[in-house]
Amino acid sequence: MASTTEAATGRQGTEARPRARWTRNISAKIAAIPMIATALVVFVGGTIWTVVYSFTDSKLLPRLRWVGFDQYERLWSQNRWLISIENLMFYGVMSLVFTVTMGFILAVLMDQKIRFEDTFRTIMLYPFALSFIVTGLVWQWILNPQFGIQGVVRDMGWTSFSFDPLNNPQTVLYGLLIAGLWQGTGFVMCLMLAGLRGIDEDIWKAARVDGIPTWKTYVMVIIPMMRPVFITTLVIVASGIIRLYDLVVAMTSGGPGGNASQVPAMYVYDYMFQAQNLGQGFAASTMMLLSVLIVLIPWAYLEFGGKKHG
Amino acid sequence: MADLSMSSAMTGPRGARPKRALSPRNIMLYGILIVVCLYYLLPLWVMVMTSLKGMPEVRMGNIFAPPVEITFQPWVKAWAEACTGLNCDGLSRGFWNSVIITVPSVILSIAIASVNGYALINWKFKGSDIFFTILIFGSFIPYQIMLYPIVILLREMGLYGSLWGLVLVHSVFGMPILTLLFRNYFSSIPEELFKAARVDGAGFWGIYFRIMLPMSLPIFVVALILQVTGIWNDFLFGVVYTKPAYYPMTVQLNNIVNSVQGVKEYNVNMAATLLTGLVPLVVYFVSGKLFVRGIAAGAVKG
Amino acid sequence: MGNSIEVKDLTLNFGSVSVLKNMNLDVAEGEFVVLLGPSGCGKSTLLNCLAGLLDITDGQIWIKGKNVTWAEPSDRGIGMVFQSYALYPQMTVRGNLSFGLKNARVPQGEIDKRIARAAEILQIQPLLDRKPAALSGGQRQRVAIGRALVRDVDVFLFDEPLSNLDAKLRSELRVEIKRLHNQLGNTMVYVTHDQIEALTLADRIAVMKGGVIQQLAAPLEIYNRPANLFVAGFLGSPSMNFLKGRTVDGGRAFQFGSTKIDLAGYEGGAVLERDDAILGVRPEHITVSTVPLSGPSIPAEVEIDENLGADSLLWLKAEGTNMSVRVPVEGRVPAGTKVHLGLDIPKASLFDAKTEQRI
Repeated sequence: MASTTEAATGRQGTEARPRARWTRNISAKIAAIPMIATALVVFVGGTIWTVVYSFTDSKLLPRLRWVGFDQYERLWSQNRWLISIENLMFYGVMSLVFTVTMGFILAVLMDQKIRFEDTFRTIMLYPFALSFIVTGLVWQWILNPQFGIQGVVRDMGWTSFSFDPLNNPQTVLYGLLIAGLWQGTGFVMCLMLAGLRGIDEDIWKAARVDGIPTWKTYVMVIIPMMRPVFITTLVIVASGIIRLYDLVVAMTSGGPGGNASQVPAMYVYDYMFQAQNLGQGFAASTMMLLSVLIVLIPWAYLEFGGKKHG
Repeated sequence: MADLSMSSAMTGPRGARPKRALSPRNIMLYGILIVVCLYYLLPLWVMVMTSLKGMPEVRMGNIFAPPVEITFQPWVKAWAEACTGLNCDGLSRGFWNSVIITVPSVILSIAIASVNGYALINWKFKGSDIFFTILIFGSFIPYQIMLYPIVILLREMGLYGSLWGLVLVHSVFGMPILTLLFRNYFSSIPEELFKAARVDGAGFWGIYFRIMLPMSLPIFVVALILQVTGIWNDFLFGVVYTKPAYYPMTVQLNNIVNSVQGVKEYNVNMAATLLTGLVPLVVYFVSGKLFVRGIAAGAVKG
Repeated sequence: MGNSIEVKDLTLNFGSVSVLKNMNLDVAEGEFVVLLGPSGCGKSTLLNCLAGLLDITDGQIWIKGKNVTWAEPSDRGIGMVFQSYALYPQMTVRGNLSFGLKNARVPQGEIDKRIARAAEILQIQPLLDRKPAALSGGQRQRVAIGRALVRDVDVFLFDEPLSNLDAKLRSELRVEIKRLHNQLGNTMVYVTHDQIEALTLADRIAVMKGGVIQQLAAPLEIYNRPANLFVAGFLGSPSMNFLKGRTVDGGRAFQFGSTKIDLAGYEGGAVLERDDAILGVRPEHITVSTVPLSGPSIPAEVEIDENLGADSLLWLKAEGTNMSVRVPVEGRVPAGTKVHLGLDIPKASLFDAKTEQRI
């Protein structure tokens, strides 16, 4: 048989020479350069850079003079930072609990084969199209003590009525919450509604034939089935909350009383770009990263751990 | 036997089951939904009403009441005369800044992300999925940690403080969600179509432009909506990466409303706020269900 | 060289998973070869490798005497027809047919000529200016075949082209593909999991399992003399009856339970005495009698009797083994009847239970 010699010559014999591995799909690789650069340089590189420089005493300009954990020690001894963390935790927990429960309840109401569903959804979701700046400024006006809700109620004769959350350090976070919930609940409702619609109709038929009351079906069957939707929603909402910045800038600028509604993102911005104390800004943003990882890693583990994805 | 079953069949309920439009359940259901909608509509109402009143009426009256005397003066002032610092040419400057930031950012980010999604589905190469995973994780990382390194990168490229620098930043941060969006969409296009095109001799760009693009117009519209509203609404990147002369509309709005000097003109402030929210609102109301699809894309598992 | 396609030592691994193992396959000029097997057996993968849509790990692929192992799909001289038709939805039928030719910079006059010819052969002239969405499933698949036709190539690759069609259309198009092959004389490689398609269309069938060709032979050969237990069980409906037993008397007889069956007339190798053997008999190669037969016969009881219209199937139990027998309608026996089975030994197959190979 001539097949062995044929096989030997065939390899080099024709014009189809072996291409080097990296030139395979060369167009695809060139086209992917922006993605690769973003992933490696900006996301990975940028993160590492900031973490590394958080261990230096960079002031106006970044410089590699190591100071160990000094920046972190200073950070955690700053009253302003501690308040920021406390505020974020309070706002975050309240916001998560309310957006998710309200979003779910609204989605259930919307899922009752109602008429004008599109109209209701359009109204509930439009705030999500608006920026936090617009949201913050509108609610700042509605909560204005002189002309807003408090003023209107007092004008109606209840002169002792008091509703001025934004100017009271004890209640300012509730003021932020009112605006934040207004902006974001519609979005969560939409995610939940999509989750409810994704559940097999036959589940409802089976529950009906079995005579299980509707509320019980929701609690015992539907909510457990929607676990992935809840988790994804929590992750999206939570990672948004950690970034909370614009809303506070627009509504309170961190006040009243200077620090009452400070959040970490504001601390980072002020130290990086106003106070010219880069090291503090880097340390604070590294702490923000850490808090996101605390949310993200268990989620990624639950979602992708075990089973292969791709 | 036959007669018996006939008669018993005729005595029980027959025909369509009676329906009541005004059952207690329906009154509850629609009642709650209408109250909720009032809460959602209230700020829009207040914004519009306040912006149409003169200052004396704002001071005297009720913020929820419609204007006695409608005036468009606050709108004119907000657009053309309101002051930020020393500039007194109104929001119009911010509006045009936002336009020239948004248009190229939207085009660039969608172009890059759609090619990414296409390459990730049809032209996988070693490591391509790793980069995608990094990208998705990156979208959850707080921007704050990348703020300063990007300042340095832009300064190195000579783009810091320029409009193009900001365009680049928007393209980078829009990439994760848009790439996910396009990747998921392209994965729903049958792979055999791609194979057929390869047998027909089309290459990377040929298949992208001739086969994929014409089939994917809906998802491009979704991406467009997502990016126009997202970039228009941005505040942080606008503050960090541009000079005051190039500040986008959101930043300028905040400076106008929250400036400490002068008498507060609430009607002008509300007109300015409405003006800033107008572009995303128009996009939202025109796009309808596509907007929902866009935001839900973020929740779709990759 | 008389071979249109030569696959030499082809190996394909996805990571650590071996999908195709050291495969060799020669397809002669003008031959119609069907790759048949259950899903996941690697048949479609092999076809994609031939088309150049998958990069192979090792080995060579030659088409028309040219080594195309590393060639682009469009440079291999192949046309391909897909299960989901894969027509470009935004283009008209004409656009679909001409897309590949335009990419290859064929002059417009030549394109028109080829489209006219393909449209005539497939009788799709009235559809040329329609979009795929306006076509029925059968029409779409004709256009998809047309797309391979206009390329004017020698080798056609079909990837389960009829699986998305309903039963009636499927048999119509099957006949049409056969006619097309007779008319054009192209080399065709056709992937399917449908044994009827395989048996009717193929010059040769390659039965695959686990990335390995189990048997490559003419349809009747595969049906009548399966090379191993897998091939024997995969082809035929209902599938072949497998009687577990042992060969005795120096290989001249098969002991099945209490019955000893004479193997005289068996066509195969040296039977010898084996403790673990399996006798395979197709349902139509068994006779049923209500009275004891003259030769050795297996006692059995009818459990179910199915009327299929043209003939009927009896499901029986013999020596604890479930069996099926195809009988003429007039030969039906009611359930519960005790019967005697006679086997057509020259048409039976004997397997070694350990190696699963035909003896």
